[in-house]
Amino acid sequence: MSLFNIFNIAGSAMSAQSVRLNVTASNLANADSTSSSVGTTYRAREPVFAAVFNSLQPNDPTATVKVRGIVESQAPLQKRYAPNDPMANKQGYVYMPNVNVVDEMANMISASRSYQNNADVLNTSKTLLLNTLRMGV
Amino acid sequence: MPLNIDSALGIMPEALRLREQRSEVLASNLANADTPNYKARDFNFKAALAQATAGSSGSGPLPLLTDNPRQLQPAGTLAGGVHLQYRVPDQPSLDGNTVDGQQEKASFAKNAVQYQAALTFLSGRIKGLMGAIKGD
Repeated sequence: MSLFNIFNIAGSAMSAQSVRLNVTASNLANADSTSSSVGTTYRAREPVFAAVFNSLQPNDPTATVKVRGIVESQAPLQKRYAPNDPMANKQGYVYMPNVNVVDEMANMISASRSYQNNADVLNTSKTLLLNTLRMGV
Repeated sequence: MPLNIDSALGIMPEALRLREQRSEVLASNLANADTPNYKARDFNFKAALAQATAGSSGSGPLPLLTDNPRQLQPAGTLAGGVHLQYRVPDQPSLDGNTVDGQQEKASFAKNAVQYQAALTFLSGRIKGLMGAIKGD
């Protein structure tokens, strides 16, 4: 039955969005994690979503979602002169992560809205299925 | 007069099956609302129902019949010969995604209510048949 398939579709979207929320939380938590060198500084991360079509049935239009990977932002790191910081290097500089807090907040709201949308879809399908089970009663 | 259960139920089983297929397509659109390059799809319910009922009564264009799920269907068609179309986006986005969350959600809700309506009609017909069989 196709309504059962909605549980897979909406479920995969919910898990993908929860990965996105997790990554956003990690970015926000590390927004001020300073470091003494470029290589060890935290970089903003972002999940990459991909649609998964049924390869056995090429005409099946439904697609679940998977997280293909998590990429790190290549935006330049900010260098700050802070000789009193315990993480400062010999020249007295610390490197700040390239996390943009405004971007992350927007991402967080978008992810939580999408999660809610899919939870709604799941609930509606569940109600319809339960009503279908009671057909003719 | 022999009683044919299929004709007694009318087009409601077909309508229910198509509503179910459509809700799956719309759920897939909503699930991929944030996937780059995903193109939203939908089908014309009226045309699909007309085709599904024409196939059984012998008039109008016939869908390609297959007796094995691994046989191929023409590109862009579902199992019952339903023709899928891509949605034209109102506000195209930079990442190539054409899902409009609000529009899809409204369509999904509308489709769910119409599914419930078809289900109620079908349920009523079954109740009517049961009443006739029991005779009470």
